[in-house]
Amino acid sequence: MGLLSDPNRRKALTSLLTRLNTPICVVCYLAAVAWFMGMAFEPFTLRTYMSENAMGSTMVEERFPSGERALATAREFAAQKKKVGGMPVDWLVKTMQARGLEVFTQSFSRTLPFPDESKERFMVRGTNVYGILRAPRAPRTESLVLSAPCSPGNSNNQAVGLLLGLAQYFRSQIYWAKDIIFLVNEHDLIGMQAWLEGYHHTNITGMSFTPLQGRAGSIQAALSLELSSDVITSLDLVLEGLNGQLPNLDLANLFNAFCQKLGVLCTIQGKLQRNDWDTTEGYTVAAQTMMLMVLKQASGRPWGDHGLFLRYHIEAATIRGINSFRHYKTDATTLGRLLEGMFRKLNNLLERLHQSYFFYLMPSLSRFVSIGYYMPAFGLLAAILLLRALDLWVQIGSPAPITQDGVGEAEPPSSPGVLSVLTPIAISHLTGVALYTLPILSQDMAVEHFPVSETEAVVLTAIAIYTAGLALPHNTHRLISGEGTEQGWRLLKLAALLYLAVLLGCTALINFSLGFILAVTLVPAAACVTPHMPKSLGALAMVLLSPGCAIFYCIFLFQDLQETPVTLPECSVLFLSVISQGILDHTLYGSLVYPLLALFVYPCWLLLWNVLFWK
Amino acid sequence: MAALKLRWGAVFILIFVSLFLTCKCDNVENSNESVRDKDVDPSASQAASPGETRHGEESSTEEVQAEKQQWHTTEFGINDALEADKADSKTLNDSPGDSKSFTPPPAKDHFQEELVIRPLHSGDIYASFQFGIQLDTDFEQEEKKVSHYRLFPKSLGQVLSKFSVQELHISFTQGYWRTMQWGQPFIPAPPGAELWVWFHNTVLNVDENWKELTNVLSGIFCASLNFIDSTNTVQPTASFKPLGLGNATDHRFLRYATLPREIVCTENLTPWKKLLPCGSKAGLAVLMKSEKLFHSSFHSQAVHIRPVCKDWQCSGTAWELRQTLGVVFDLYTSGQGKKDWSLFKMFSRTLTEACPLASSSKVYVDVTDNPESELFDLSPATPVLNTAVVLGDRRTYAVYDLTKAVTFGQLRSLNLLMRWKGESGDMLRPLLHAERYVAGFGLQTGEIHTLIYNNHPYRAFPVLLLESVPWYLRLYIHTLTITSKSRENKPSYIHYQPSKDRLRPHLLEMLVQLPPHSVTEVTVQFERALLKWTEYPPDPNHGFYVGSSVISALVPSVVAMDINSTLERPLFSSFFHTKEESSYFVRVYTEPLLVNLPTPDFSMPYNVICLTCTVVAVAYGSFYNLLTRTFQVEEPSPPLAKRLANIIRRIRGVPPL
Repeated sequence: MGLLSDPNRRKALTSLLTRLNTPICVVCYLAAVAWFMGMAFEPFTLRTYMSENAMGSTMVEERFPSGERALATAREFAAQKKKVGGMPVDWLVKTMQARGLEVFTQSFSRTLPFPDESKERFMVRGTNVYGILRAPRAPRTESLVLSAPCSPGNSNNQAVGLLLGLAQYFRSQIYWAKDIIFLVNEHDLIGMQAWLEGYHHTNITGMSFTPLQGRAGSIQAALSLELSSDVITSLDLVLEGLNGQLPNLDLANLFNAFCQKLGVLCTIQGKLQRNDWDTTEGYTVAAQTMMLMVLKQASGRPWGDHGLFLRYHIEAATIRGINSFRHYKTDATTLGRLLEGMFRKLNNLLERLHQSYFFYLMPSLSRFVSIGYYMPAFGLLAAILLLRALDLWVQIGSPAPITQDGVGEAEPPSSPGVLSVLTPIAISHLTGVALYTLPILSQDMAVEHFPVSETEAVVLTAIAIYTAGLALPHNTHRLISGEGTEQGWRLLKLAALLYLAVLLGCTALINFSLGFILAVTLVPAAACVTPHMPKSLGALAMVLLSPGCAIFYCIFLFQDLQETPVTLPECSVLFLSVISQGILDHTLYGSLVYPLLALFVYPCWLLLWNVLFWK
Repeated sequence: MAALKLRWGAVFILIFVSLFLTCKCDNVENSNESVRDKDVDPSASQAASPGETRHGEESSTEEVQAEKQQWHTTEFGINDALEADKADSKTLNDSPGDSKSFTPPPAKDHFQEELVIRPLHSGDIYASFQFGIQLDTDFEQEEKKVSHYRLFPKSLGQVLSKFSVQELHISFTQGYWRTMQWGQPFIPAPPGAELWVWFHNTVLNVDENWKELTNVLSGIFCASLNFIDSTNTVQPTASFKPLGLGNATDHRFLRYATLPREIVCTENLTPWKKLLPCGSKAGLAVLMKSEKLFHSSFHSQAVHIRPVCKDWQCSGTAWELRQTLGVVFDLYTSGQGKKDWSLFKMFSRTLTEACPLASSSKVYVDVTDNPESELFDLSPATPVLNTAVVLGDRRTYAVYDLTKAVTFGQLRSLNLLMRWKGESGDMLRPLLHAERYVAGFGLQTGEIHTLIYNNHPYRAFPVLLLESVPWYLRLYIHTLTITSKSRENKPSYIHYQPSKDRLRPHLLEMLVQLPPHSVTEVTVQFERALLKWTEYPPDPNHGFYVGSSVISALVPSVVAMDINSTLERPLFSSFFHTKEESSYFVRVYTEPLLVNLPTPDFSMPYNVICLTCTVVAVAYGSFYNLLTRTFQVEEPSPPLAKRLANIIRRIRGVPPL
């Protein structure tokens, strides 16, 4: 600070920063990308360790014997499911009651804003069945949840069978200190959402459901089980939840510990851990795993039924059984033991899971990158925005001596340019509001006038508004205040830079992956754009770096990482369905990615677009 | 000092044992005070000879002997106790011959024990022990200081008189009574510890008495009752009326507190058993083996003390001490899915004798569902059946009288055994039950929902709802809504006492009319307070407990609904409902709540302090400096030669350069 109170040295510092601004920014950007990619390199990451004492010191002994019987129950369930043509509610109620549980049902219905084409549903009506195993001598204050979705077709029967088998086995044990809720939810996430909203007596998404009759206090942890074959080769752990929330890392550690103990192959993001970190392949797999996690987290959607629990501060994960062509198989008894072990450890919890990390990335199941290690990558990107803003500030304010500490002040100084800045800001935000609201509101009209389905209508309207927005701001601006001045665009760009910095900073704190991906694409555009660039080239670059295209790249990358590469036309089909899914996730579960992009990121990018077409 | 007293106590025992052996036929009376009161000067009582201790009191040597030994069992280890027990039983067996020589005095206190076993519809077994001691003395009378205790435990008696307690109810419960599966318990209790006390209306400083009393009881029962303070004590205006004699209505003398977090275990059971006249050595109490009692679904032990009528004319008051213990055994888990039970299976003990000090000792088994023994077999069979209206339902009980030798049969041990033959029918839904939960998510606000179910098909009845919520959940009382059948239900009486931070909890009492066959929902929103960092418990992430809410009601009886029973009874007896059959009192406790409060990350207070201090010291200081200072371009200081020249010029009186 002494440096800044000396006008001479201050002048020297600012001149240094303005002179070297571009090289520093380039170095920052490269360093950020390098840092990010370096996080997948094993020597730079930490090994996971169990932080929670209640789960660490003593290994429980697993004795679940009846995997075969669970599979028989699964076959019975499948037969009943086929007979009823949906969820066999009565059979489930009777079976659960026979296992000594307190059984309750909840029916729910939900009309989607527009038909979901990937899952072929529009008017959803279903029933959740859950049984509560009351712990002896516990006052119903805490509980654990084991859930299995009742999926249409022939999938997931084994999960329900194993759930019922575990219920029977757990019932005969005396050591439970927490109630255990066994939940079979229909229509996967919609049913889960209805159940959770019913359990917590909230209604945030406008679902209609019958109130729950039985409860078991505050839920401490939940596991969701997906299993579609009698034997499995590996278990996949899914952590990413709604809005990029993650469960406490101890839950992943617990899963990993029991997989190691029982000799079950376990994966995360479907990638098996490799031991050869020093080879290129080893690093590539780790990088791919981490990139997949980043992409999934950035999408903000729940990647399993567990994802909705996280909103309620319930640590949850989905365990997915995978049957591939590997030789080594694991039977249902071992799987039951694994779940039994995990539940017994969770049962031992004296406090909520809070000891370990909530913000992390996992390059493999036994390695993690904590928030302290990944934040610098984002920080370097955000620094570029601030440096450019400082540069602009100096350029604007060079005649008038104003303190340069006001970097954080978003408000431009009072000058004739205020109105010329406010107008584009207001217009681009109105475009954002239109992008957010119109697609669903105008779907009927679109269907009437164009030969498209409702889903297509919504997506195409969104894309149309997005594209129309490109033509709007600078034209209207020109109509209102005529030709823009040199000072004017600087002011506008300064405002846009600071706005973007704050926006990305907040996003990255909540959902690092989303913030980082947006920063990687938007920061170069924001840093370079001036009205003096060649228009066509600049426009092309800007469009390629816009949030919409970022989604497109992400889909392409995701498919590539999942080893199901797609061609460009396939990718654009996927792009359309991803947009419709994003809108659906927002209305059904309250995912915030769509409103964030539509209401804030897109308008911010429009401001930069406006700068490009200032003259 | 205490050891010294104990040693003196041992000396007394020796003296009296020798006394008993030497002067067996002599009708010797002992000074009760010198025997019982350990505070008496030992030298004086040591000098007491048979002649001197002769008093006009009405108890024989044998009785005093038995009683003394009984009361010292708790003080001197098990070996002594066993010997004492032998001596005891011998004495009592011998006594009939001796007692013919004189008229037995009217007992000032008597003891009853009973065990009720009720097979529940869920397949669980509910065993309820009740031990009652009645002492025909009034502790309140100042001139008649009670210092003689025979069956009534002295530790409690002293507490009662010292703190002028009129009525005391204390319960320790582990687990939650599942009303929907199990029906109503005989003695309801909330999970954790509950204590409510009516003080005598002569007490001047009730709060001080209450505080001391909780600390003393904490010692007696080895429980954390000392955690009861003003922040969890309330004075209910209507929900807890005295159960005994006395017409106390001024709730200033009532204190009620619950500790929902209290965990009940053997350490609480042992002092409780010590209060029994026979300890756990004889009678029904032999069944109380803690490893079995705590291998159950529900465990609740309680002590109730209240004044009752001395006789049927109510010529005076007597103290009744009722010790109860209720256990629910889950035989499904321990019995490989079979519902059959026996005393041995439940308690790993059988009964061999009644407590010799008990005037009545009985085992009741609920056989209501089994009139023609088509559902189960009970062995040994008993011809004695007892029908009573219990909790609004007419029940039939098989009675086993332990004071009769016939009961024990040839094996001299009673092992009740029940074998199920068929499936029992559905249970009648309990007419009143309640549940409670916290709605909402996040750590800022929430909503407490209390659901009260009236399952009666056509009768509405009022209930008293009591909620005591700790201060750190700040209730928004304006959001209180009571709805039944989706219509607003206005309570006819409402008493609300707002909380004071760190001083007292919220108290909300309401009299709500429950429409027939309805669910009444009481909701109130709250805000979670941010506590001071020292106020968090060691495990802050576990959450904070909110005690059960209490619902007290007079519930219309099921008997009145039952048409079949009128067929069996004479017509003249059944037109109007008699009082005890028309409605019955029920107290229902909801589950306690576990609420998470915003919790700081305690693992890094040091980091936070360091960071905050650094930020304040460096950033704030410099910024303040930078913002308040005015900057001026400084004139470069003149060179040395110029300064020297100026000095010379000043001396010369010429203006400087």
